[in-house]
Amino acid sequence: MISISEEGYYGRFGGAFIPEMLHPNVEEIRKTYVEMIQDEVFQKQFRQLLRDYVGRPTPLFLAERLSEKYQTNIYLKREDLCHTGAHKVNNTIGQILLAQRLGKKRIIAETGAGQHGVATATVCALMGLPCVVYMGAVDIERQQPNVSRMKMLGAEVRPATSGSQTLKDATNEAIRDWINHPEDTHYIIGSVVGPHPYPDMVARFQSVISEEIKWQLEAATGKSNPDLIIACVGGGSNAAGAFYHYLNEKEVRLIAVEASGLGVDSGESAATSVLGTEGIIHGSRTLLMQTPDGQIIEPYSISAGLDYPGIGPMHAHLIQSGRAEAVHITDQEALNAAYDLSKREGIIPALETAHAFAALDKIEYKKTDVIVINLSGRGDKDLDTYIKHLG
Amino acid sequence: MSRLKNTFSNKKANLLNVYFTAGFPALEDTETIIRSLAESGVDVIEVGMPYSDPMADGPTIQQSGMKALENGMSVSVLFDQLKKIRKEVETPLILMGYFNQMMQFGETDFLARCQEVGIDGLILPDLPLSVYENEYQDLFKQYDLAPIFLITPQTSEERIRKIDQLSQGFIYVVSSAAITGNSKEISPEQVAYFERIEKMNLRLPRMIGFGISDHQSFSTACQYADGAIIGSAFIRALENGNDDLNHTIKTFVKGIRNN
Ligand SMILES: Cc1ncc(COP(=O)(O)O)c(C=O)c1O
Repeated sequence: MISISEEGYYGRFGGAFIPEMLHPNVEEIRKTYVEMIQDEVFQKQFRQLLRDYVGRPTPLFLAERLSEKYQTNIYLKREDLCHTGAHKVNNTIGQILLAQRLGKKRIIAETGAGQHGVATATVCALMGLPCVVYMGAVDIERQQPNVSRMKMLGAEVRPATSGSQTLKDATNEAIRDWINHPEDTHYIIGSVVGPHPYPDMVARFQSVISEEIKWQLEAATGKSNPDLIIACVGGGSNAAGAFYHYLNEKEVRLIAVEASGLGVDSGESAATSVLGTEGIIHGSRTLLMQTPDGQIIEPYSISAGLDYPGIGPMHAHLIQSGRAEAVHITDQEALNAAYDLSKREGIIPALETAHAFAALDKIEYKKTDVIVINLSGRGDKDLDTYIKHLG
Repeated sequence: MSRLKNTFSNKKANLLNVYFTAGFPALEDTETIIRSLAESGVDVIEVGMPYSDPMADGPTIQQSGMKALENGMSVSVLFDQLKKIRKEVETPLILMGYFNQMMQFGETDFLARCQEVGIDGLILPDLPLSVYENEYQDLFKQYDLAPIFLITPQTSEERIRKIDQLSQGFIYVVSSAAITGNSKEISPEQVAYFERIEKMNLRLPRMIGFGISDHQSFSTACQYADGAIIGSAFIRALENGNDDLNHTIKTFVKGIRNN
């Protein structure tokens, strides 16, 4: 059974390793979120926004030409068709409602690819709340379109200039901001990372993905369970959402795809499940890339959303316990998969998502298998990178 | 830990705790800094283990930590340095760092080594009270180390009572909702908070830290607690000082005490 304990542990991973300054805030969320999610009024509001604002349910699309290439049956869960262009908004809708319930007046967020920043800026505009987004200076450079979108939506984008100037450092800055503004501010974390209850809360908001896959697949094939689900993993929120309702259905193989950058052993990688060891990052006990002395190693991936040295505690547990299989995809393999998907199905995926598609070349499956790939986001934000590498 | 207890039973007011980042400005400065601080009459010395991702620290301490890591500082190098200087200095030494550093060293090995090199207490801001209580309390006792926990303006009374029970040595009173290194004047709201804590008649002495940067803020803080802790301001003094570290340090401490 995959489940989370009262203290927020999946097996040995999780918990809330936070400084005292954050204790009251995190405790308040812990006491509120389950009750809120089970509350009818919340559910009605959440579902309505997901339908009328986000555009859910997102389609489950049978990708015939891709299926033909791989000689199997491939369905794409079209999270790229969500408002703002990625799954991230499922979570920000849930968390903005939480912030309102807690009476918070200011929102902060971290972002890597900028998708979570855009999704946060969007719900803040919708609810009329001021929004500050922390983004690594390197990511601001490589995800310019999303920086412009956030600004147009009224958010302030603050560069994180410490460390590798990517997602990890943006997260540190957001945490520091929260410590400085404990009373009026809610921190919308963008993935299934951070102290308990964030990983569980974000997973629950994203679980709408697999909830829909179940009935959509049933309608399409007569069976609600696929044989495999493939999703890319940065912190792991789109994967958590796609896996959620299948976690305890053992016959469904769960494939978690990490970015290996220039190669797992190149020293320029973000393949946390192999390069990581158990430790604490951003308030959670999980697998992370670190030196023997416990210093966090700066990761590398061409994809800003996967360029993170940790992995959500749920995924650390799924992978270590053997429930999920980890696959590693290099920059070049991801780029090739993105070019191929674009020409073959007319869909330009986000660079993050492209890693999930590249995994088709790495795993074993049968001709009769039904495979669902979570198409977590669209690639508009990555056009510069795609064009540059097209050669 | 007895050094820490004695310090607080011998002196009841105006205790000065100075924080520095080990390995900054240079790798081998640890001994000089500790010796100079001790000779200047600092009551407690807090040694920071530099960390790549110090989430409770502001830019000054972050940057000193980055420099220290570049200089080659590590937990084991630091332990070796401390073991040497402990032979000369009787001032209580407290180690400050992040829980992951203790975890990677091996929790038991880490605590045993702390005792061996003469550490008196530990501040690990991201080690939660409940995890300490359930998993590490016995080990801290076994190795005679004082766990020092933080309280903030938002900490509930019930929780402060619990922290007072579980901590040893002193309670770290974080002066405002902030990371380290914000130095502003002490506000009336802060004074109200210090007074509220004072009236609780806690078992342990209280040291006020975060944002204490000069003689003025130090003496204000000392009116409401047993003493105060200075970190970022000292790091800045080291940065701006000349090559004579000993002189810089003595001048700094003198300026804080104003004597
Ligand atoms: C489209 C897309 N997919 C995946 C990710 C990775 O995040 P997660 O692992 O939380 O889904 C991101 C992050 O920015 C993203 O934008």
